[in-house]
Amino acid sequence: MIGATHYVALSLILMCIGLVGVMVRRNFITVLMSLELMFNAVNLNLIAFSFRLGDLTGQVLAIFVITIAAAEAAIGLGLIIALVRLKDTVALEEADEMGG
Amino acid sequence: MEYLIANFSAILFYLVAVLAVAGAVGVVTLRSPVHAAVALLETFIMVAILFVLRHAEFLAAVQVLVYAGGIMVLYLFVIMLVRITDLGPGTVFLSGLAPLAILGGVVLGCLIAIGILLGSMAAGASGADAMTMIGGETVGNTEAVGWVLYMKYLVPFEVVSVVLLVAMIGAIVFGRRDAALAGAGEEVEP
Amino acid sequence: MKLYDLIWLIPILPLLGAIFNGLVSNRLGLSKSVTHAVALLGSGLAWLLGWGAIVQWVLDLGIHHTHIVRLFSWIQGGSLRILDGSLAEVDIAASFQLDAVSALMVSFVTFVGFLIHVYSIGYMHDESDRAYARYFSYLNLFMFSMLVLVLGSNLVVLFVGWEGVGLCSYLLIGFYFEKDWCAAAGKKAFIVNRIGDWGFLLAIFATFMVFGSLEFSEVFPAAAAHPEHFAAAATVIGLLLFVGAIGKSAQIPLYVWLPDAMAGPTPVSALIHAATMVTAGVYMVVRCNVIYRLSPTAMLVVAIVGGLTAIFAATIGLVQNDIKKVLAYSTVSQLGYMFLGAGVGAFVAAIFHVLTHAFFKACLFLGSGSVIHACGGEQDIRKMGGLKKYMPTTYWTFLVATLAISGIPIFAGFFSKDEILFKAFEAGASDLNQFGSAYYVLWILGMVGAVLTAFYMFRLVFMTFHGEFRGGEEAEHHLHESPWTMTMPLVVLGVLSIFGGLVGIPGKLFNHPEWNLMEWFLEPILLPIGHAAEGGHDVSHHAVSLGMEWGLVFLSVGVATFGIWLAYRFYMGAEAFARPQRLAERFPLAHKLLLNKYWMDEIYDATVISGMVKGSRVLWEFDARVVDGAVNGTALTTVGSSFLSGIFDLRVVDGAVNLIGTCYDVASRWFRKLQVGFAQGYAMVMVFGAAFLLAVYYLFKLN
Repeated sequence: MIGATHYVALSLILMCIGLVGVMVRRNFITVLMSLELMFNAVNLNLIAFSFRLGDLTGQVLAIFVITIAAAEAAIGLGLIIALVRLKDTVALEEADEMGG
Repeated sequence: MEYLIANFSAILFYLVAVLAVAGAVGVVTLRSPVHAAVALLETFIMVAILFVLRHAEFLAAVQVLVYAGGIMVLYLFVIMLVRITDLGPGTVFLSGLAPLAILGGVVLGCLIAIGILLGSMAAGASGADAMTMIGGETVGNTEAVGWVLYMKYLVPFEVVSVVLLVAMIGAIVFGRRDAALAGAGEEVEP
Repeated sequence: MKLYDLIWLIPILPLLGAIFNGLVSNRLGLSKSVTHAVALLGSGLAWLLGWGAIVQWVLDLGIHHTHIVRLFSWIQGGSLRILDGSLAEVDIAASFQLDAVSALMVSFVTFVGFLIHVYSIGYMHDESDRAYARYFSYLNLFMFSMLVLVLGSNLVVLFVGWEGVGLCSYLLIGFYFEKDWCAAAGKKAFIVNRIGDWGFLLAIFATFMVFGSLEFSEVFPAAAAHPEHFAAAATVIGLLLFVGAIGKSAQIPLYVWLPDAMAGPTPVSALIHAATMVTAGVYMVVRCNVIYRLSPTAMLVVAIVGGLTAIFAATIGLVQNDIKKVLAYSTVSQLGYMFLGAGVGAFVAAIFHVLTHAFFKACLFLGSGSVIHACGGEQDIRKMGGLKKYMPTTYWTFLVATLAISGIPIFAGFFSKDEILFKAFEAGASDLNQFGSAYYVLWILGMVGAVLTAFYMFRLVFMTFHGEFRGGEEAEHHLHESPWTMTMPLVVLGVLSIFGGLVGIPGKLFNHPEWNLMEWFLEPILLPIGHAAEGGHDVSHHAVSLGMEWGLVFLSVGVATFGIWLAYRFYMGAEAFARPQRLAERFPLAHKLLLNKYWMDEIYDATVISGMVKGSRVLWEFDARVVDGAVNGTALTTVGSSFLSGIFDLRVVDGAVNLIGTCYDVASRWFRKLQVGFAQGYAMVMVFGAAFLLAVYYLFKLN
């Protein structure tokens, strides 16, 4: 039977892929997309445990996560606009004003 | 055929899972951001299907509406606005970093996997029924979620609204032309 | 408070005079009257106090009582281990003692000193006020030192006085220090004296080591009580003390300073180099007679040195032409007689001769000073003559003193010299300490010396006062008798030269031994040795018969008369100077030898002094090359090693420090890459960190 373990494993795989993507991608937009992937993994985890434990709290939390993810996406894309205006590129390695 | 019917949910799960992972891999590896966005969209839909499989119908709907309908559109808008979509002949990944990052991710994943395997799941009253019942009454998932949301988690709900408001203001501030210039440290003519 | 309790004041009074004259009169240039008044007060009061103390001492305490006045504890050391193994406390006191011999010395030192102070007023009146003050200051200082010497009750206080008189001798000989030869003479006196002082110091150390004390009142009774025990030590101490005496009292080989000391003013020569300082050696030997009597060897050495010096100096005096030089060699010779006396055990006779010698030699020197003064500074007797009619007082006192020194009875010198010669003969006859034959030889030398003494002294008289004046017209007009300040002391000393010897009449010649006041007075200092009341190491009194004694008396008078006759033949009358001239031509080498005083100074210069200079040069070379070379080498080594050290510091140490810096640099360069502002880098680090934490957590959980 498909139990919580399967879902959690899937959630783990998605999370790791998203993590790698955040670390690896050069294009800022793609990085943010990988970030969304990680959020989804979290949601999946929450829903799996909500079903398993018979508690709707998990689903409520998942709603919150989606909301926050949306807010974060908005801000992130605003950042991209700002970066483009400043550096005229979306390559993340160009955003190194703070580095030495 | 009987096998298919008997294990339908399992087969469906594995299929959807594979597709979701494929989509995730696509996000990470595809060069063009548009392609990556489409892959991401595909992943969202698969996740929504997975939600349905776990009897979280309301959430599946929210997922599709907000994520697929809102956030993806937003991403595509930005890709369009920025106009530099392709980073040229440069590589997709940062040269030195990629192997190391993959290694890190794999290591972390393995470790967490160990943790999962070592841990034991608490027994609980699982079941589709719990997802749709409030106080012993079967009301349907949406109503149940609504009950819990507005009754138990009212304050977090309000706070999240405020967060959305803040995000909105922040996005506007970021989007302003002079804000970008001021962020660069140049003098701004009032 | 009895006067003999104030004997410490006797030296102090002239010291105060010296301080006043030296610091006040000299600096402020006070008049001569003030200066000599203070000086006369200093020495005069010392004389009166001295004589008063002696009289009171004799009357109250008696001559057998040694009165010690302890002032304060001067040198206090810890305990030292002495030769017999016991611990002796080093506690040297500044204390004075009045006993027979010190009383005797004080009596004539203060008196003759005072007379010479009076004489100096006349003699030195040509000097500037400040030089006059300096002179009297030094003279008073000398009185202080000499009185400390004779009054000291232990060897150290004696030595203080000993050194003091040496210092004053130097100061006074070199009084006319602007003249190089006077300054050189002063230095010579002091340095030669110093050689003797070295021996004296060693004697002091030896005495302390053996006896554990330096007080006369402790050492001599201890030595006398155990003669066999201390005999060997006594030899050592006696010989070392005598080294000091050789230097101070101008015996062979350290006499060379005395003739040169004539560079000083004549009263100085009279006081220091005739009457007092040079007799300090004899005083010391007589004071330590117990030590000498314990050691036949030391006594023999003293006698031999004394006897040889007596005749040696007399031979040189035969041909000298400077009036003061003749008197100087005569002094050396007479001192030889005194030591000869001490060496044969005739300590009383030796001190007696000191006393009479003080009178007639001081008279002779003062007389010569008068002559020099009259001749306007001329000292060569070949340029004098016939002074008899110009300066009768000087002439008669000089003649009287010359008769005394020649040993003509009843003048002073006869009794003392005759006593010494008799005792020498007696030592030979009684085979004293089994050295009889040596003593006989010494007696013969003494006799020959008596002839020579009479001869050269009368040669001096005849050449100076008789005949015609050979000094030239100019000088003849200046010839005059000296003022009363100069003639008065001459008269006093002349009288004493006549009658001063009567205190030592050899009464036993007339079977009245008690007539010999000297022997009676000084008997207490001759402590009985051990259990030998008679015989043993002391001179036996039975070896020579009365008849023999009388014979010896006539013999000595005879030889003296022979000497006078010879001088008369040579230097008086028509053929004056012709005979000695012929004699000199017949023995030119002998004459040259004597005239050049056996070239002793030149020999010393060539051997001892050149040797010392060469030795110093060698040592200087050593110091400059080796020692300085070593020091410089050390410096170079230091420079070199510091250079290497610097390089080490620069390369290694600084390199290490720089290495740390470079490490940091490299590390920071490497670590800097983490903080490039590259967000994805941060993310990766976070991932790795999380993985690490999880791993650690699992490890802990598994354990």
